[in-house]
Amino acid sequence: MTQIPSEEFILKCTSACAGCSDSLTLRYVLKAAGPDTVLVVPACCTSVIQGIFPHTAVNVPVYNVAFAAAAACASGMSAALRAAGKKTSVIVYAGDGGTVDIGIQALSGAFERRADFLYICYDNEAYGNTGMQRSGSTPIGARTTTTPAGKLQARKDLDAIVAAHDPPYQASACAAFPQDLFKKVKKALSIRGPTFIHVLAPCPPGWRYPSGKSVEMGRLAVRSGMWILYEREFGKVTINGPSRAAIMKPIPLEEYLAPQGRFRGISQEAVAALRAQADRTAKKLQAEEKGIC
Amino acid sequence: MLTVATGNKAVAAAVKEARPAVIAAYPITPQTEIVEQIAEYVSSGAMAAQYIPVESEHSAMAACIGASITGVRTFTATSSHGLLYMHEMVNWAAGARLPIVMANVNRALGPGWNIWAEHTDAFQERDTGWLQVYVSTVQEAYDTTLMAFRIAEHEDVLLPVMVNLDGFLLSHSMQPLLEVEAGDFIPPMHLPHAIDPASPAGYGTLTGPEDYFRLRWDMERSMRDSVPVIRDAHDAFARQFGRSYGFLDEYRCEDADVVVVAMGTLGMEAQVAVDQLRNEGIKAGCMRIRWFRPFPHLDLKGRDVVAIDRDYSFGFGGVIARSLQATERAEPYSVIAGLGGQEVTYDDIVGFVRERKPGEECWFGVDAHV
Repeated sequence: MTQIPSEEFILKCTSACAGCSDSLTLRYVLKAAGPDTVLVVPACCTSVIQGIFPHTAVNVPVYNVAFAAAAACASGMSAALRAAGKKTSVIVYAGDGGTVDIGIQALSGAFERRADFLYICYDNEAYGNTGMQRSGSTPIGARTTTTPAGKLQARKDLDAIVAAHDPPYQASACAAFPQDLFKKVKKALSIRGPTFIHVLAPCPPGWRYPSGKSVEMGRLAVRSGMWILYEREFGKVTINGPSRAAIMKPIPLEEYLAPQGRFRGISQEAVAALRAQADRTAKKLQAEEKGIC
Repeated sequence: MLTVATGNKAVAAAVKEARPAVIAAYPITPQTEIVEQIAEYVSSGAMAAQYIPVESEHSAMAACIGASITGVRTFTATSSHGLLYMHEMVNWAAGARLPIVMANVNRALGPGWNIWAEHTDAFQERDTGWLQVYVSTVQEAYDTTLMAFRIAEHEDVLLPVMVNLDGFLLSHSMQPLLEVEAGDFIPPMHLPHAIDPASPAGYGTLTGPEDYFRLRWDMERSMRDSVPVIRDAHDAFARQFGRSYGFLDEYRCEDADVVVVAMGTLGMEAQVAVDQLRNEGIKAGCMRIRWFRPFPHLDLKGRDVVAIDRDYSFGFGGVIARSLQATERAEPYSVIAGLGGQEVTYDDIVGFVRERKPGEECWFGVDAHV
């Protein structure tokens, strides 16, 4: 077992919702990163849950910045720190809206320039901070406040977009698997250049399930194959243990969808589309892992 | 060292002398020569800086913000649409109290596409908390860029500074340039609120109305405190390098009955017009506004005023003319001229003065004139 330090960088009294995966994820991210870290946070739930000026519940410097600006801000920050001979880890911690939608240009630019920072997208599959509007990451069939009858389009394949930039390290993770998340953050920060971790962040008010079930929801996402834990290190793909088993023998997708209010009344066509997209992603990763691509 | 340079090259040379640690920039006509020249300095080793060739102006300012908050000197340059594309971050830089210096080569806004001089681009950023200065010669572009770093980084200011030069009319005009060794004219940068992992803090966190209000007042207080800092920079510059500057460049105003107020290259053109008018027996003078934020005091009492605006606020008027009404209770003859690079000669300015109608507005070349 990886030894996760007992030191806490997320202090008590954040204003996160009960059962929030964002704060749970950030807790493990910072345990892995340690104190010599700066977080760059665009508009997202984390802008709010860290506390109100002059207080903060995060015990590393947090630079809050405009919605579309996180990756560019981090690239300037890491350039300045490296030029000054400092090894401080720079981590963008951004939601899915700030990553797949409004922030994608800055992300793409910074990755193409090989800026030295870790970009973490914690993905609750909608604009949570503003009250659950659809984002480019919202899956087909999911109800949000701007898709009251269920989203008609499939989610954007963020990982494929990031992969097209050929970063030295890219991974997916989920707060329901903290050991895995911890190890991936450690590894990403040990590699120079733009690195990326995409974290599934189940969201009780957004996905409409009881707040005690966030970890369970993350596990169901992985077991159903809807979320695949993998890493791509210098081009080499490894599908991680829990997903390896899940791809071989996934639980029925309905077991993941049924507890979530956002999928209530989802059409059979949308369920089939979800299944097909998950299978395609799994096949692609498996082929890549075997070196056939 | 005496050379001949364009306005753009002069800005780049001043930036080299100021030694910023990080430059993040995106190309746009007519500014591009500045960032090309800086890239060349960095590539050849003439400048020990990080040059970040960002994918947009929004990212240019965001990268400068990220670098500046670590406590290092930063610079960027832009123009027109680029400036407006970074508008959100222009606000952020000032609110975050970061002494970033930016050159803006003034250019009109589309549509239609127009790459020539106009001040409307920078005026759309006038309420952001940036100090704004407008220059009129290559030498002034160089000198003012050096001063901008000293002023922005002063502990009483800690606000960003925008140095404005007219597209093509100055950016691409060759004039003599005397470069200097800045030495201690720009002291090492010290940012009291620089990020330090040994002393964690939240930056730009959610801020309630009471605290937000106080932070805004603090920006205005620093804007007011910048006045003596700018004056001191002018004085120190004159002492060290022998060239004098003010908030205004006043020309033959002592006994003037009529004063032309303009900015940038039009302000220099107006000086030639003043000489011609004096030859005709009209006691004219010219006040070229250099510092637009903080806005200066102009002694216009008892004089006719001809305000030339290379800008317009639709539904309101020429920004300079309206500013003079508000701050000096002047009733200027408001001439809107030079938009989108429209040619305005000193003969034209002579005409504006001769035919002035205080309190009225004239669109040069559209309204019957001269």
